[in-house]
Parts: sequence; C-alpha cells; structure tokens
Amino acid sequence: MAVEPLIFELSKPGRRGVRFPQSEVPAVEPPAEMQRDSLAWPEVSEIDVIRHFTRMSQKNHAIDIAMYPLGSCTMKYNPKINEAVSRLPGFANLHPLQPADTVQGALELMYELQEILAEIAGFHAVTLQPAAGAHGELTGCLIIRAYHEERGDTARTKMLIPDSAHGTNPATAVMAGFDIVSIPSDDRGNADVEALKGLLGPDIAGLMITNPNTLGLWDEHIHEIIELVHGCGGLVYNDGANFNAILGIARPGDLGVDVMHYNLHKTFSTPHGGGGPGSGPVGVREGLEDYLPAPRVAKDGDVYVWADPPKTVGRLHSFNGNFGMFVRAYTYIRMHGAEGLRLISEDAVLAANYLMARLEDRFDVQFPRSCMHEFVVNGTRQKKQGVKTLDIAKRLLDFGVHPPTTYFPLIVPEALMIEPTETESKESLDYFADVMLQIADEAESNPEIVTSAPHNTEYKRLDEVGANRNPNQRWLPEHAAD
Amino acid sequence: MSAPEGRKFTKTHEWVAIDGDVATFGLTDHAQGELGDITYLELLEVGDSVSAGEPFGVVESVKAASDVYSPIDGEVIEINGAAVDGPEVINASPYDDAWLVKVRIADPAQLEALMDTAAYDEYEANQ
Repeated sequence: MAVEPLIFELSKPGRRGVRFPQSEVPAVEPPAEMQRDSLAWPEVSEIDVIRHFTRMSQKNHAIDIAMYPLGSCTMKYNPKINEAVSRLPGFANLHPLQPADTVQGALELMYELQEILAEIAGFHAVTLQPAAGAHGELTGCLIIRAYHEERGDTARTKMLIPDSAHGTNPATAVMAGFDIVSIPSDDRGNADVEALKGLLGPDIAGLMITNPNTLGLWDEHIHEIIELVHGCGGLVYNDGANFNAILGIARPGDLGVDVMHYNLHKTFSTPHGGGGPGSGPVGVREGLEDYLPAPRVAKDGDVYVWADPPKTVGRLHSFNGNFGMFVRAYTYIRMHGAEGLRLISEDAVLAANYLMARLEDRFDVQFPRSCMHEFVVNGTRQKKQGVKTLDIAKRLLDFGVHPPTTYFPLIVPEALMIEPTETESKESLDYFADVMLQIADEAESNPEIVTSAPHNTEYKRLDEVGANRNPNQRWLPEHAAD
Repeated sequence: MSAPEGRKFTKTHEWVAIDGDVATFGLTDHAQGELGDITYLELLEVGDSVSAGEPFGVVESVKAASDVYSPIDGEVIEINGAAVDGPEVINASPYDDAWLVKVRIADPAQLEALMDTAAYDEYEANQ
C-alpha cells in the first residue's frame, strides 16, 4: 500500500469542507499589521479528512484491536463507559475559569476522587494536579525538598534511587535539584539493603523506590528499607506506576511511604499513550498535606471550594489538572467498587504469573520467583542463537501482537518486559504464549525468519537508525516565507 | 575479538590509550555491539575536568541512551568533533577512528586500577 500522504500534501487551493453561514455580527477589518496573505493550512474536503484519518487509524495498533503487553505501561482496556460519562455535557462543556458555585458537581467529583485515591493507597491527602507520572514525581520531589527546607535541614542534597526504579526517577530528582545516588539490586531483584546502609546519612533527602519494581518484583525488604531511610531523616517516595499489582491488597501509606504518585492512565484505565493526556495525582501521609500544590478542592460544610495549602509548593498545572481523566478514573473506580479493585490486581498478577510459567522453559526469566503484574525475560539465550530481542519484538508483529517493552530495565541484558494486564482472557494469554514459544522454536531452527521480520505487516522493518540519524519531522510549505 | 594491546580498560567498557601525560578515551567493541547503531554522541568540552567514574559524555542508540564514564581524573584537552558529527564511526571503528576525548592525566597512579588487555578480554567473555 502507498505511504499515506500528509494532510498538507492532499491540499488543493480553494477546496473546503465547511462553509459558515453568514454572520449576524458585522465584519471588522483587523489592523493591517495583524493581517497576512496566506495561512499554510491544508485545504481539503470533508471526505478527504475522513478518509485520511480513517486510513491513519487503520495503520495503528491499539488495545481495542489486540493484546498490548507493554511492560511498565499497563496498557489495560479502557472501558467505554468511561468515555460515555466523560462526554456528559455537564462535564465536557465546563470552562476551567467558571466560578466554583457553578461547578459544584465537578468539584464534588474531584473531591471524592481525592478521598478515594487517598483511601486506596493509605494516604492522608491527594492532589490531582500533575499531568502524568513523571510530573507527579516532580511534585513529590518538590514536596520532599520543601519539607526539609522548612525544617532548616538544607544539607540533604542526595536522592537514593534503586537501579530497578522507573527510568524517569533519576531525571525527576535532578530536575528537583537533587544529586542521584544509585542503589544496586541484590541477587533476588530487591534493592540491596547492605549497599543502602552504606549510603545513609544526614545528606540523604530521601529514597525514590518503584515497588513493585521494574523487574515486576515486590521488594522483600520494603519494611526494613523504609525504616532505614526514615532512621536517617529521609523521606520515602514510591513510584506508583506499578500500583496495578496491589490494589486492595497492600497500601503504600500503611507501609510507611511518605509520598506516592498514581498513574490514572495506567492503573485507573484512562487512555495511555497517544490517547491521553495522562494524569498523575500525588498522595502524601499526614503531616505533608500543607505542602501540596495549590489549589486543591476542599469541603466547607456542604459546599466545595478551592483552597490553597498553607505551605504549598505552588501550582504545578494550569487550571486544575486534566479533568476529563478524573471523570474516567472516578467512573472506573465506582464501576468496580472495593472488591472489584482487588480482583483487578489479583487477575493482573495471576495473568503475569501464568504467562511466566508458560514461557520460563524456553525464555530465561531474569529473577525466577513469583512475579507481580509483570516479569522480565533475559534474551541472551536467543541472542546466542542469532536472534536479538529486537528481532523477537518485530516477529510478534507478524502475529498481530504489540511487542512487550524491550531493552528495559537496563539491568537486564536483551530485556523483554511483559505485562499482560487483567483484561486478557486465558485464550488471549495462551495465544501470546503460543506465539512466543513458536518464536523460540524459530530462533533455534530458522533464525532468519525472525531476524528478517516482520513479514505480514503493511510495512517491513522500518529504518529506525535512519530515522534517528536523519530525522525529518516537519513539513514545510513551499510558499511559507517566514 | 580481542581488544587491542597496550591499552587499559574499565568495567564499564571504555578504553584508555596513554601517550606521555595524555590519555585518549573511547568505547570498546563490546560496548558498541551492546548499544547497537549509535545515533547521537555528546561530549564534554575542552577545558572541562573529568573524574574517575563520572560521565564524560552520552551516547544514544536506537535502544538506549547511556553515559560514558571517565576512567581517570584529568582535564579535557581535545574532543573528536568528527565522531560527534558522525557517531556511526563508533560502530565502524571503535578502537581507531572513534577515539572520543583526549585528557591531561591528573594522577597516573589511577591507571594502575584499570584492566590490561588480557584481563579485559576475560572480563568481556563473561559478560
């Protein structure tokens, strides 16, 4: 099939899809300095637009088409009722600057979501402002910094981060002004407690831990780790990106975690990836609520109001966060209820362990112990047969499956990070396992079919190196003078 | 393949060639093989100081972005601009054309802690 042209390349002078009715408002000539002769906008008919974007959508993979086991990303199904509720005119047509007394229903939903998220993870207070996970991390780091600064404890410049943490953690901590100290993993995939002990001191601001970690493993020493960090005066941040493994089972706040972000676009089924935007609320334990971003929704008698926490780290997002995602997450939580949330995690963990059990004879699981919601395969065995993890990922495309995350976490060579999520049926999990086992066979008997994959897709293997070395990211109209 | 003789090596797969009080750093063949096709290289600037174990640059491949670590302390006196402009040279010629920086050695004793060619070959074989 031909390469789909850009919509600009479909443009024909004078072609249009919509003609506006004559305006009842008299036309006003803008000042000359605000006028220009051409806008390099595509001139296309309605059917041009519809066909273009429909064809584009058909070239895409989505959870609505087939399995999407992208580890760490929790690409779970996004229930359609979320979309229906978020499109209710009372939610969809709000203006973010409307006075609070005209949007009491929306504020009530935000207030309840704050309370529900706090309850689910065992925290005292929640902000909904951050727009995604890393933004939540930044919010958390700023809160940790403000906490120490207010106490005059300004020598705490270091943030401890296990090497099994999410990749965004070090970048976030640097952005918040901290120096990074990495903690290695031990031989069971936990943060190495002995190494941690040697790093603790009065210069430690805190620890950013991802638990369950990016190996899909629950840290077996989490209690001791949190006690150690608290013992030296540091705070503990939990990256909640893997919260889908423990809903209704364990509460990070109960474990002693001080600050955590939630990914509504992972755990709570709002769209992830290109379908976003994301949303990364942050929860804090009692005593840290005064530092939360301003404003938050508070309740004054029966009335919902905007309130600024007294020692707030400031505003982290224009307006009030990504409100449409709050509606979706709230809907998801209310549709499932407390027991349903626990089932989500039980099924997610069961699905991952089932897949691991089906694959572990033919693929080397990096840390072969019970996993949480995901597990990581080390592709070194296949690499020695001449098939790299990248080849396995490309071969999966031939079977209509989105590949797992590849080459992450960095501590596992040739990593394949598999997260099926709770929404796949046993038949769907078996299909994926069967395909993976076939690829393992092919790597032994016919590696060429894997290394030259994909074969059945509309496009063959894309030139990723060329795309990186010679990026061509912008269409320039010939007639654009500026 | 065996690493070239007469150089020193780090556990993070950098090589060092020594000429008087000047050390030249680069990435080993193993490192470029693990990274895959390298698409971007960023280096410190002439006059910057480097410390053993601290990054002196960043390489990006299609797979990942990685720091490259200085084997010893010193001051950068020259960088390989051709490698910055065309980082694919790291894949093509890791031990020759793709030297990355030249550094004035601050403490020659630090070189003693690095692996020689035989030790590195053995280390690399177990990776």
